[in-house]
Amino acid sequence: MSQRIPAVEISSRELKHNAHEALQDRQLRGNMRKAMDSLIAKRLASMPDDYEREHLREMGNHVRARALSQLPDLLERLEANLTRNGVKVHWAETVDEANAIVLQIAEAHQAKQVIKGKSMVSEEMEMNHFLEARGIEALESDMGEYIIQLDHEKPTHIIMPAIHKNARQVAALFHDKLGEPYTEDVDQLIQTGRRILRQKFFEADIGVSGVNFAVAETGTLLLVENEGNGRMSTTVPPVHIAVTGIEKVVENLRDVVPLLSLLTRSALGQGITTYVNMISGPRQSDELDGPQEVHLVLLDNGRSQAFADGELRQTLNCIRCGACMNHCPVYTRIGGQAYGTVYPGPIGKIISPHLVGLENTPDHPSASSLCGACGEVCPVKIPIPALLRRLREENVKQPDAPHQVMRGQGSKYSASERLLWKGWRLLNTSPLAYRAFGLLATRLRGLTPSNLGPWTQNHSAPKPAPRSLHELAREHLEGKR
Amino acid sequence: MSAKANILAKLRNSLAGTQPLADDYDVAMVTEPWRYPAGERIARLRQLMEAVHTETHLTRSADWPALVEQLLADKQLPSLLIAPGTPHGAQLVAHFAGRDGLPALKAYDRPVEEWKAELFDATPASLTGTLGAIAATGSLILWPDRREPRLMSLVPPVHFALLKASSIRDNFYEVQQEQNWAAGMPTNALLVSGPSKTADIEQVLAYGAHGPKDLIVLILEDA
Repeated sequence: MSQRIPAVEISSRELKHNAHEALQDRQLRGNMRKAMDSLIAKRLASMPDDYEREHLREMGNHVRARALSQLPDLLERLEANLTRNGVKVHWAETVDEANAIVLQIAEAHQAKQVIKGKSMVSEEMEMNHFLEARGIEALESDMGEYIIQLDHEKPTHIIMPAIHKNARQVAALFHDKLGEPYTEDVDQLIQTGRRILRQKFFEADIGVSGVNFAVAETGTLLLVENEGNGRMSTTVPPVHIAVTGIEKVVENLRDVVPLLSLLTRSALGQGITTYVNMISGPRQSDELDGPQEVHLVLLDNGRSQAFADGELRQTLNCIRCGACMNHCPVYTRIGGQAYGTVYPGPIGKIISPHLVGLENTPDHPSASSLCGACGEVCPVKIPIPALLRRLREENVKQPDAPHQVMRGQGSKYSASERLLWKGWRLLNTSPLAYRAFGLLATRLRGLTPSNLGPWTQNHSAPKPAPRSLHELAREHLEGKR
Repeated sequence: MSAKANILAKLRNSLAGTQPLADDYDVAMVTEPWRYPAGERIARLRQLMEAVHTETHLTRSADWPALVEQLLADKQLPSLLIAPGTPHGAQLVAHFAGRDGLPALKAYDRPVEEWKAELFDATPASLTGTLGAIAATGSLILWPDRREPRLMSLVPPVHFALLKASSIRDNFYEVQQEQNWAAGMPTNALLVSGPSKTADIEQVLAYGAHGPKDLIVLILEDA
């Protein structure tokens, strides 16, 4: 069974349109609301102590910030220790380079089948599509990822990729695509996935995984998961390739203790996942199993751009728990696919512009009510609302401004809007102009247009009062009223 | 320039003139909320592990082989994969020796490539030791090695794990420090906190996703 995945379908440039479509989908909205409510409740139940939760978040922030403050040194230390342990480390600036590295390894082993544990970085790379186009089957083994791969979709959530589907939809999918007897029984559906994928683990030439934390001190790749597919992907096939972003490194092994606790509780409300898999090397000559080769691909893909700016660098604190999505009123209503980016929701809105450029995500920084929930729940205290405002500023800068902070900056720049604001500033800083405007606006109030663009789509047109507050106050003080 | 040189140069350029942040690691935050009186560790471990469908039994170092025999019979398991090179593997072999009608004991004594199909298709259960456990999260600690390889605790649908009560610690930080993990990690180290599970379909919890469907922990009270 081989799947062909079509190229990117939903455009990130069409966020407004996508959101509008998604909002009409009652099934989607129902599924998402139910799932997010449950995840919110589980997280809170697993962090009942305010003092513990808030201080651990603070600690998580410090651990990540400390790692980033010495990132290049830690990456070199990680590479040195992994190399000593027998792991081959590769560096890639772009997704194309990363894919080429994976392909080279695959060709060296004449690989025909790749089985994948969950990896968001491999989604950035569109690795499945890349390998399939070269005749190599790339199959997802996380149950949620497997389901959406069958339906030729992209993950809707970074932790729960198929959360937008209900059991009935999965039942129909398994029946149609796999020829399985129709059942909505979740246990039976999972057993079907287990049976099919177990054979794939058995046959696969290469296992691909992501990394949750890469420990520089010991040269250890740490992966968390509940299903066991991550362990299967990294242990059964003769070759294991881990792909990860350059920001995932931490300094010491003890640093993973607070981050692990924050990650699993923030993501799923679990004190720990079923498996915490710490990989420090390939099979040794006297061992009886484990991969003969372990590779780590370190991918930049725009991260060094975020790193260059002290404020935007905080984006790279992210440990990919998804709590910001679960608590986001926008994400909950439109689902993950509408964003058209690998990472949806609040974190997606601040990381995606670095990965694919602001010109491809022009509306993402604005798709927020700035309610602040994401910042309040972030386990490593990324100030997401502040970063959204910062990106909005970068988005309206003159595109050819001398200081280039990010790719695609100024994608929403408009000369007429800029002129309008200049006029607004003038009006409000010159008493003469201000008074003249006040007089005109009140005396000519009958001429106010009834159509004021987007405002009047949902509101009635504003009409100035007959007398300004200044005027009324002056009259009052002069005793006329 | 290579990708590595480019990436590192960009990062170093961005950090020019800055110092690494001080290491203010707060040990109390990862230990104090996760301490338990010695008498409560076993109970907490069992409670947390049973909450995620783990079966736990209290037994003793002389009695566990008989308990395994009983459990194999109850669960109608025809064979058990063991590591004969370990003390517990040898103890089980001795218990089963010379007796008819018992489930077969299979030894993991050759590279997986030589018997992969049998491991996947005809190995219903396994038994491994553990390095200890963590009361805070209800987790077993496994360091697979040459004698007890990685796949033993992963591929067979039923996994029996032996745990010495004296090896249960309060929290992960304490385990790392006491056993000095930072000085050298094995090729693979694991925390296992239950049988394999997933909630990927509509958040309905289902056990037996890709790893073992059943995890049975035998706690040796006197060891």
